[in-house]
Amino acid sequence: MDTQFLLSLVVGISVGGVAGFLGSLILGRRMALVAGPLGHLTLPGIALGLMYGFDVSLGAFPFVILGIVLIWLFEMRTKLPMEALTAIVFASGVAIAFLLLPVKQAEAALVGDITQVSFGEAAVSVILTLLLFFAIKKIYSKIVLINISEELAQSEEVNIRKYNLIYLGSIAIIVALGVKMVGGLLTAALVAIPASSARNLSRNLTQYSFGAMIIGIISSSMGILLYKLTGFPAGPLIILASTAIFLISMIFKR
Amino acid sequence: MESDFILKVKNLNVILDHQSIIENLSFEVKRGDALTILGPNGAGKSVLLKTLLGLIPYRGEIEWAKAIKIGYVPQRLPFIKDIPISIRDFFNLKRSLGKGTEAILNSVGFKEDFSRKKIGDLSSGQFQRVLIAWGLVGNPQVLLFDEPTTGVDIGAEETIYNLLAKLKEERDLTILLVTHDLSVVYKFSTEVICLNRQPICYGPSQEVLTPESIQKLYGGEVRYYQHKH
Repeated sequence: MDTQFLLSLVVGISVGGVAGFLGSLILGRRMALVAGPLGHLTLPGIALGLMYGFDVSLGAFPFVILGIVLIWLFEMRTKLPMEALTAIVFASGVAIAFLLLPVKQAEAALVGDITQVSFGEAAVSVILTLLLFFAIKKIYSKIVLINISEELAQSEEVNIRKYNLIYLGSIAIIVALGVKMVGGLLTAALVAIPASSARNLSRNLTQYSFGAMIIGIISSSMGILLYKLTGFPAGPLIILASTAIFLISMIFKR
Repeated sequence: MESDFILKVKNLNVILDHQSIIENLSFEVKRGDALTILGPNGAGKSVLLKTLLGLIPYRGEIEWAKAIKIGYVPQRLPFIKDIPISIRDFFNLKRSLGKGTEAILNSVGFKEDFSRKKIGDLSSGQFQRVLIAWGLVGNPQVLLFDEPTTGVDIGAEETIYNLLAKLKEERDLTILLVTHDLSVVYKFSTEVICLNRQPICYGPSQEVLTPESIQKLYGGEVRYYQHKH
């Protein structure tokens, strides 16, 4: 087995797993829609990264932060429907990617490419996802309580601002890491689909959260293996593997 | 200060989104009281409970007895059914899970192993009892109970108040209860506040609930009758 393939697999497993884990919190707040525009917003950043030859996650990150500020403004301040933001950001993001980049690179921006990931990039991804995993595990029950009811959380003296900040920060990092794997277009799916499958299959929070993580890991591994076998781009294959698991989970819904 | 003092509220005013929700409300709660906050929908009842919990900014004075523990039973939790969460999970979210979950669930009438059930599978009446049990974790001396206005199974409402009366007795609880249902006052409470943004009546239930005050409270829509038990 060649090193490049192993590196891709390591990145896929770590990012896919933690994206699934975090996704179980995002679904609970009906925020899966938010991950969409966040991913699309990263497209200009990815384009810059590809044009000037630096890590696309690094390029994506400031745009994710911008996205989080935008969402905060949209949701908290103007109460405009999230769909408006989704449509605007989606269209502009795709337009910018195609305007700035040659078609081959535009493809990498839109659907990702982890098949060329370097050892350094892989190491950074693993370290960041490990840190994220522990951070999410630590805030998990508080965010669940906030998701259920902010008032209940307040009455339990949960510092809502603090936990929301850590939570949004985690989303920002996982989206930035995710774009490398599945591109700006598909990052939302990386977060939302494993959690949706796990929701169908579980009866309690432990099954749900760790189920989402395991399904994320399986989807990523399957996608990367299929890439090896077929030569199709890995990003879309990861998402389709995830979708296949979701369809199966519908049959066994509890 | 006398030892049976629990809560003192003086000239309470709450304004939300430039709208006055509660105006000039004053009342006192003593240990062992069952105070009903009665009023039509939108009268500011739930807001009052949340204000007492310190969740909403206010003007005026709210003074709780020192070191008092308060349990809160919210009106409804619409988002809880979005995720797979068992009753035990829900209790694990609680800050101070001193006494075992099972024991508290038993005290609101659930048998062994019930805590493994998924909250999404509960009936509304069962869920209501789970919420009460949740509010009782940590042995509070005071329970703030916000009555669900819709969605409790028929027949369950009666048993909820029987349950509250039983718990009050067993645990020496002081209860502040929000309701729009006049009959609850007669069944359950010792004191009543009629609230429709402004306080309309306040005092021992049997004395202050007159046809006049009720008509003023509900704008004449409700017919007055008193249960003779």
